[in-house]
Amino acid sequence: MATVEVSFTPLPAHVRTARLVATAVARRSGVDEALLDEVRLAVGEACSRAVEAHRRHCPAEPVKIEMTDLGERFVVVVSDSAAAAGRPAGAGAPAPAEDHAAGRPGAAAGGPGAASGAGGDQGAFPPGFGLAVISGLADEVRVVSTGSGLSVQMSWPSVLDRTGSAGAAGAGGESAPARPSGEPAARPPRSSP
Amino acid sequence: MDLKLGHYNKDGIEVVDVEGEIDVYTAPRLRELLIDLVNKNNYQLVVNMEKVEFLDSTGLGVLVGGLKRVRAHDGSLDLVCTQERILKIFRITGLTKVFGIHGTVDDAIAAKKADR
Repeated sequence: MATVEVSFTPLPAHVRTARLVATAVARRSGVDEALLDEVRLAVGEACSRAVEAHRRHCPAEPVKIEMTDLGERFVVVVSDSAAAAGRPAGAGAPAPAEDHAAGRPGAAAGGPGAASGAGGDQGAFPPGFGLAVISGLADEVRVVSTGSGLSVQMSWPSVLDRTGSAGAAGAGGESAPARPSGEPAARPPRSSP
Repeated sequence: MDLKLGHYNKDGIEVVDVEGEIDVYTAPRLRELLIDLVNKNNYQLVVNMEKVEFLDSTGLGVLVGGLKRVRAHDGSLDLVCTQERILKIFRITGLTKVFGIHGTVDDAIAAKKADR
């Protein structure tokens, strides 16, 4: 079961909401502050891709995000349902999982000359550019073709403090105060992400 | 605040000030502004990103689209950005090799004048 699940109407306006929620959950899960910008960017890219796919193929279906605190890993899965409506018949069984090792897409843009397609500035980059960006941001990335669409799974390391609850110990005043054993960690109030 | 845009002319160069977040929702507004400026024969552009809080590949696409448009008229589009959190996506995508990126608007304008 995911720690937090969000479903949202596939509108560009909601991608920011998804970014903010993912960043907040990542922070709670103990992802280092230095990595939160990467979480925000990667989740935003994955959600933007899913939103565009839904707008083309299934605008009435929500995009789904699952965020899970696994103790030493924080995992985000962004899933779309675009294949259910938009893929041609005979697309076949779901493709095997493709593991994208963390790495840099490098000059994935290929410069302005790489533009193609008639979709305005969307044609400035080749298809899959957003996924290439994600692979340069997330610690681990897997893109899985499911029966209904595409699932982009990203994860980052999170810190487990010695009390057994996730927390970025000592980072930016976020360490939990000392407490008797058995009591839950008392967290100071947080500002919004 | 999502995105705030402004522009002014300095030494014959059109400077675009961008503040806020450039993403799939807000990027179209920046795109429209860049198109409008080019349509009004402004081919030397500087986009000041110092107050940009977020930039994703949609935003990059808009900037690349703007660069293509001005280059079609032998113009140029340079950026002002010192924030590492924003420069990161340029580095990841290799676009630091495509755009002139400067520390201040004055530096960008001076570089453009030197190129002429």
